[in-house]
Amino acid sequence: MAELKKEEKIIEIVNVSKIFDETAAVQDISFYVRKGEFITFLGPSGCGKTTTLRMIAGFDIPTSGKILLGGKDITNLPPNRRPVNTVFQRYALFPHYNIYDNIAFGLKLKKIPVTYRNDKDETYTKMQKLTRKEIDEKVRAALAVVDLEGFEKRSVSTLSGGQQQRVAIARAIVNEPEILLLDEPLGALDLKMRKEMQIELKEMHRKLGITFIYVTHDQEEALTMSDTIVVMKDGRIQQIGTPTSIYNEPANAFVADFIGDSNILNGTMVAKYTVRFCNKNFKCVDDYEKNEKVDVVVRPEDIVMTDPDKGMLKGRVVSVVFKGVHYEITAMVGRSEMVIQSTQSRNVGDIIGMDIEPDNIHIMKKEFTVNQYDGYITKKNTVVFGDGEFDCDVTTLYPGSHLDEEGYLITADGEKIDLTDVDVTVEVGLEDIEISDNADEGGARGHIVQLIYKGDHYQYIVRTEENEEDYVFDIPDLWNENDYVSIKIKPENIHMRLKQEIK
Amino acid sequence: MQRFHFSRKQLCIPYGLFLALFVVIPMLLILFYAFTKETDGNLSFSFSNFIGFFTSRAKLSTLLMSITIAIISTALCLLIAYPIAYILARSSFRKKNVLLMIFILPMWINFVLRITALRELLDLIGLLESQNYLNTLIGMVYDFLPFMILPLYTTLEKIDKSYLEAAADLGGNKFTVFTKVTFPLSMPGVISGITMVFMPSMTNYVVSDTLSNFNITILGKLIDEYFTTYDNWHMGSMISIILLLIIFLTMLATGGFKDNEKEARGTNLW
Repeated sequence: MAELKKEEKIIEIVNVSKIFDETAAVQDISFYVRKGEFITFLGPSGCGKTTTLRMIAGFDIPTSGKILLGGKDITNLPPNRRPVNTVFQRYALFPHYNIYDNIAFGLKLKKIPVTYRNDKDETYTKMQKLTRKEIDEKVRAALAVVDLEGFEKRSVSTLSGGQQQRVAIARAIVNEPEILLLDEPLGALDLKMRKEMQIELKEMHRKLGITFIYVTHDQEEALTMSDTIVVMKDGRIQQIGTPTSIYNEPANAFVADFIGDSNILNGTMVAKYTVRFCNKNFKCVDDYEKNEKVDVVVRPEDIVMTDPDKGMLKGRVVSVVFKGVHYEITAMVGRSEMVIQSTQSRNVGDIIGMDIEPDNIHIMKKEFTVNQYDGYITKKNTVVFGDGEFDCDVTTLYPGSHLDEEGYLITADGEKIDLTDVDVTVEVGLEDIEISDNADEGGARGHIVQLIYKGDHYQYIVRTEENEEDYVFDIPDLWNENDYVSIKIKPENIHMRLKQEIK
Repeated sequence: MQRFHFSRKQLCIPYGLFLALFVVIPMLLILFYAFTKETDGNLSFSFSNFIGFFTSRAKLSTLLMSITIAIISTALCLLIAYPIAYILARSSFRKKNVLLMIFILPMWINFVLRITALRELLDLIGLLESQNYLNTLIGMVYDFLPFMILPLYTTLEKIDKSYLEAAADLGGNKFTVFTKVTFPLSMPGVISGITMVFMPSMTNYVVSDTLSNFNITILGKLIDEYFTTYDNWHMGSMISIILLLIIFLTMLATGGFKDNEKEARGTNLW
């Protein structure tokens, strides 16, 4: 059984890394592609998807790792000796050849084994170039596949972008490669053309039966066409799966954010199958350790609007945008933003209730490196977050700014800004929090709910009483669980970011 | 009061004047002198200069010599410059601009000085007395090499790498990629380079005079002699016109005049 599975794999990438000038474009990735599959590398620019494709094509040689084609190591094979063909991002059609010669380029170089029988009835095989007639037939067939019959004599520059795209595809498939590599082939086309080509490519894939490896940054394109999607970020694979599984079960907050629209919220596991976010506890289907910091992902279409008092969450509508099939409604729940997709409309300013099914609450483990809060600036230029109020340096919000004697912020351009009630995202490092048993000394107060010994220090979680906000921090001193303490943070250690530009 | 401001037409006036004074009028004068002759102080229309040129064995052999020298030095320049330009354009070496500069640098030194220095060098190794022909070629190649390297480098560097990758991807080995893609795509540079070297090497008689001890005469020298030594402006002008025609024909032959986008990509660089 394992043997059979191995045969299916047409290409296998084993621990491949690629380093350009000391920056890693691809870091230790491993995956395989099944024969006949339509696989897509999806990710933002600079995620390593194109580099991965180029390594399969042979234009770049991996710094380390192996690439196997049908079980054979092709890591260092030059591109002309690999049974793969590429459709380039900007087509790369030869400008000095006409359409026919462009498509015939590969065929004219190709040698195929031909078996002869001599007088003594012995057979022998000779590598031979294709005849003119054979080339002619193949070129015509390829042009028929891409619907460009009769274009043989045209020059490249007289073709539209869409037609050049088709020629590029014809030039690649005419060689009957085992794998067709497509590097963002539809990127230069307009939206309507792109949609048409997506369907045509998918159709071509079905007809030709060869493996397609496709690179795109367009999540919709990936979801539409692929059998398998490989989501990449910063040279690493984030998730591999079918479009459905990637959309419905994103592996982490990045994937959730990149594929489709998502609300991503900071949450904490408070009990088995219970997660707390937006100051409410929700039943969920994922089980994580108690007190674990998690990312909570909720798709906008999974939030159901209810009467204000019946919903699990209550919020105020701040914007309504008509999107054709649905309305996109943004509501503020406390200081968190929720995006809802619904066929029903609401008015700006309406108070609405929101329900989320446990099934639709996706929980992802969070690599906890920093405390993050939603906060706002007060009249006194202090910042309120996590059930507390702290002194801070508001001039860090605008580089080069200063405060005038009345407490207004003057920007580097001399503009006067009133920061009162401005929403900010606050980050505090794990090492930047101190505690004291004098309740008045710090900005916020709470009980120590958890402490873990981590070799040379303890990691504590202090939870406030009012909204159950958590402060996570590392200090060497030993305190006791349930101690009531106050949280002290130095103004320079409170890192703030404006949620939106102030008009 | 109406304010005076320049229209586009008015801005063209200085250039129009320049063209008239330094291009159109001189050309007309050369044409005039070429097709006239002077008998007893009277000017009359005549083809005698034209006929005279093509019936004079000495002038025809000078023409032949000029063309031979120009063709050989152009070919040598191309042979030497192409690999240099190719290596420079293809290398990922960070300081390749510095390397290119070293090849181009001689262009910035006065060429009479360069040729004189070359003459001394040839003298030192004992070629000066015997090898007139070779010395002239060495001089031409030395003098015009940068003019071949620069356009070649510029075109080669501009060739989109994806064309080469596409050719390799379609099964081309390094040699095929070069002959089928790189070289054809570098043709605009080759043509520019040829035009830049061929024309001046037919006329640059400072090189031939200095390095062949006045033993090799090329067309440029002949023109000079007719204007200064023999004081025969009519024949001098006619030779200029013939030279002009030769240059025009070479341009036509190499396709330097094609400027529609699809035929000559990148067209002529100069």
